[in-house]
Amino acid sequence: MKITSRLINVLLNLAPILLAFLFTTLILVAAGAPPGEAYRNILSGAFESPEKISDAVAACVPLILCGIGMSITFTAGQWNVGVEGQIILGAVFATWVARNVLWPQVPVLTLMLLAGVLGGALWGALAGLLKVYGKVHEIFGGLGLNYVAQGLAIWLIFNPWKPADGATMSGTDPFPDPAWMPRLGHLRVAPLAVILALAAVVVAYFLLRGTRWGLELKAMGKNFRSAFMLGVPSTPRILTAFAACGALAGLAGAIRCSARYGRMIPEISGGQGYLSLLVALLAGYRPQWVPLIALFFAAIGVGSPRLELNMHLDSSLGGVLEGSVVLAVMLVTGWRALLARRRARQDVGAGLAPASEEEIA
Amino acid sequence: MRVELVDIRKYFGPVRANDGVSLTLEPGTIHGLLGENGAGKTTLMKCLSGYQAPDGGAIRVDGQPVFFASPDQAIQRGIGMLHQDPLDFPQMRVLDNFLLAFDRRMLPNRRRGRAMLRELGAHFQFDLDPDAEVTSLTIGERQQLEILRLLALGAQVIILDEPTTGISAPQKVQLFATLRRLAEEEDRSVVFVSHKLEEVDQLCHRVMVLRRGKVTGEAEVPCPVDRLVEMMFGRSLPPAHRAPVDLGPVILQLEGVTIPSYRLTVRNVSLPVRAGEVVGLAGLEGSGQRLFLRACAGLERVTSGRIMLDGRDLTGASYRRFLEAGVAYSPAGRLEEGLVGGLTLTEHFALAERNGPFFIDWTAAQERAAERIRHFNVVGQPESLVEALSGGNQQRALLALLPPGLRLLLMEHPTRGLDVESARWVWQQLLARREGGTAIVFISADLDELLERSDRIVVFFGGRVSASLPARDTTVEQLGYLIAGKEVRNTQHATRST
Repeated sequence: MKITSRLINVLLNLAPILLAFLFTTLILVAAGAPPGEAYRNILSGAFESPEKISDAVAACVPLILCGIGMSITFTAGQWNVGVEGQIILGAVFATWVARNVLWPQVPVLTLMLLAGVLGGALWGALAGLLKVYGKVHEIFGGLGLNYVAQGLAIWLIFNPWKPADGATMSGTDPFPDPAWMPRLGHLRVAPLAVILALAAVVVAYFLLRGTRWGLELKAMGKNFRSAFMLGVPSTPRILTAFAACGALAGLAGAIRCSARYGRMIPEISGGQGYLSLLVALLAGYRPQWVPLIALFFAAIGVGSPRLELNMHLDSSLGGVLEGSVVLAVMLVTGWRALLARRRARQDVGAGLAPASEEEIA
Repeated sequence: MRVELVDIRKYFGPVRANDGVSLTLEPGTIHGLLGENGAGKTTLMKCLSGYQAPDGGAIRVDGQPVFFASPDQAIQRGIGMLHQDPLDFPQMRVLDNFLLAFDRRMLPNRRRGRAMLRELGAHFQFDLDPDAEVTSLTIGERQQLEILRLLALGAQVIILDEPTTGISAPQKVQLFATLRRLAEEEDRSVVFVSHKLEEVDQLCHRVMVLRRGKVTGEAEVPCPVDRLVEMMFGRSLPPAHRAPVDLGPVILQLEGVTIPSYRLTVRNVSLPVRAGEVVGLAGLEGSGQRLFLRACAGLERVTSGRIMLDGRDLTGASYRRFLEAGVAYSPAGRLEEGLVGGLTLTEHFALAERNGPFFIDWTAAQERAAERIRHFNVVGQPESLVEALSGGNQQRALLALLPPGLRLLLMEHPTRGLDVESARWVWQQLLARREGGTAIVFISADLDELLERSDRIVVFFGGRVSASLPARDTTVEQLGYLIAGKEVRNTQHATRST
């Protein structure tokens, strides 16, 4: 009995991955491509050489930071989809520092990262303020602020920050040397960025698990009314959760323009905000699972252009795989919740828990 | 059309909401269905109108057995129900709501619908603007729209669940005239679900009384009021003797407080509550007692008057300021607004320490939780999730979460759904607090509990508040009269007014 239930549990945990691969395989077969070769291409595209591995690691840094941030707002029950905008604002603040503060590398980089944190936190808190005081649902507030941030970035690049030889979509002039985050040898990964991302995981883990703040966010996320009645100050908690997420996303924005592009570009957020939404969902809002899942997504992102080179398939197939993993996980989670509820209802029928009176009245 | 309900049974877990109820609805008759909250009236009517399937028993229409899997199937056989909260679409216009009911083609005929709405409305002197949005309507007007919709669908049996709550006096007169016309002139049957004796007496031809899921009596109207009261509330033993407690200074002082809400406004209440005093709030659900209790914790907006706590004016203050002033509020929906499902008992105790340190020492918290669990006899472990506890243990956990040294404790239904033993334990805890000088104000639907546990009782009826009665000198019958909206000194035999 016990062994079978544990076996079922393991199978249920693996089921979404199998389901996603089954679905992607079906698409590959339908497209007339040998599935085995396609998966091999993605894998080798991501891990075949130190360069590729370092690319995948570099790509997962912003995913980790934003995924952690979203885990915080999700824990508080807030559907924060404004991460794209928070990345952009972080990058904007960092770019301002890079262009205006002509100091040596250490103070400039420090200031840039802090500015990114500040910009993202302000933009995040704005979504929280709109929600608390303006009664704007955070999904609409977040999406709206994403567009505003995108507009702001383009205006800055095409007006005050335009290069001497004319503005283009390729962004501002490259930053002065001190504003570039140092990379590891000839590789494209910046060790400092990786360290910051992993530090964020540890800090968020302890904040959510070991502090009143984390406990109050969790209570709010699970039952807002009960948490309120128990005396949780909901307004400051919502605002700090949004600001914390924004700070992490802003840091990601600063890292992207300093370590990856060395300039500000219109596409600085690059869809990382939405991709990290998937990371947070897949991790079940638990920070400790975010790095692994972010690496998985980053590897698919880095590896799938290989499909186009070697097999003449569209590289968006990687996106299909990512999307179907998330859908399959949510589907299986939904089924499990349904099963659990049905089992609980049977228990109630057996007289283990009384029904509430409201149902009878 | 003659409808028979035979031996209807409906259980929710161990609770028997309907335990073998039979009722026959004759055409041309207005049937009253009377009973306290939770007596099973609404459940019975939801079974009849297809909103839920009974677990046992049969429904017969003109002798033919029927089974309704949905309200749609019931209305096709001519049975329609008007719910306590009208089931309309507030964001849509009156005409669209009306059309949605019966014109189910891809392209509804709006002109025909408009004409029909106008004609039906004129027939009953309902003045409904087809182009008004339902949000702009009063509850009375929304009811009128629902009635027209049911009639357009060809309802022969019309069920109204507590239809007079929240409507104006002229609307009530009009509603009653309409119902009489539907029954007496158009030969339909009407079921009038209510807990108001006066109204049943005024309107109905027959009445059936339910108590705890069972039929306690049936009668022709007019019927002696004391017989109805007895059927509704039952007879009970004289209240137990209780030791008097020395009351301290006034802790809570309400002066001319008015609390508005969409349905009902509680007007001009003045009430002092002293340290160590227990005040029971009686009344049928939705009579204003919950609004009043919530206002005492800053959870409802007050438009006039003052709320003083320990001599300090807290009118308009936030719930958190009330908490900091030593007030606690214990809601009836334990898992809805008391406890947080998904959190453990330890997490709850840690959460309830509002001014605890920022970093939580979980080992120490676990030990404190274990200690509280032992002290409050909660059947559960520190790591148990609260939703896994039984109702009685959830209530124990809620009591264990209340901080010590409270000034004022406000409770909704402190023992609802609990067995006798748990209920007695809960009151032991509460009375111990009262000896420590805490003032207690609680809502209950259990008349025995009110009489036995309170020093004073205040009765709510339709937002009006009675003078406070000393519990010692009050009987179940007197309380039953007041709750049902009758003056105690009224004549025993009410006359039927037409």
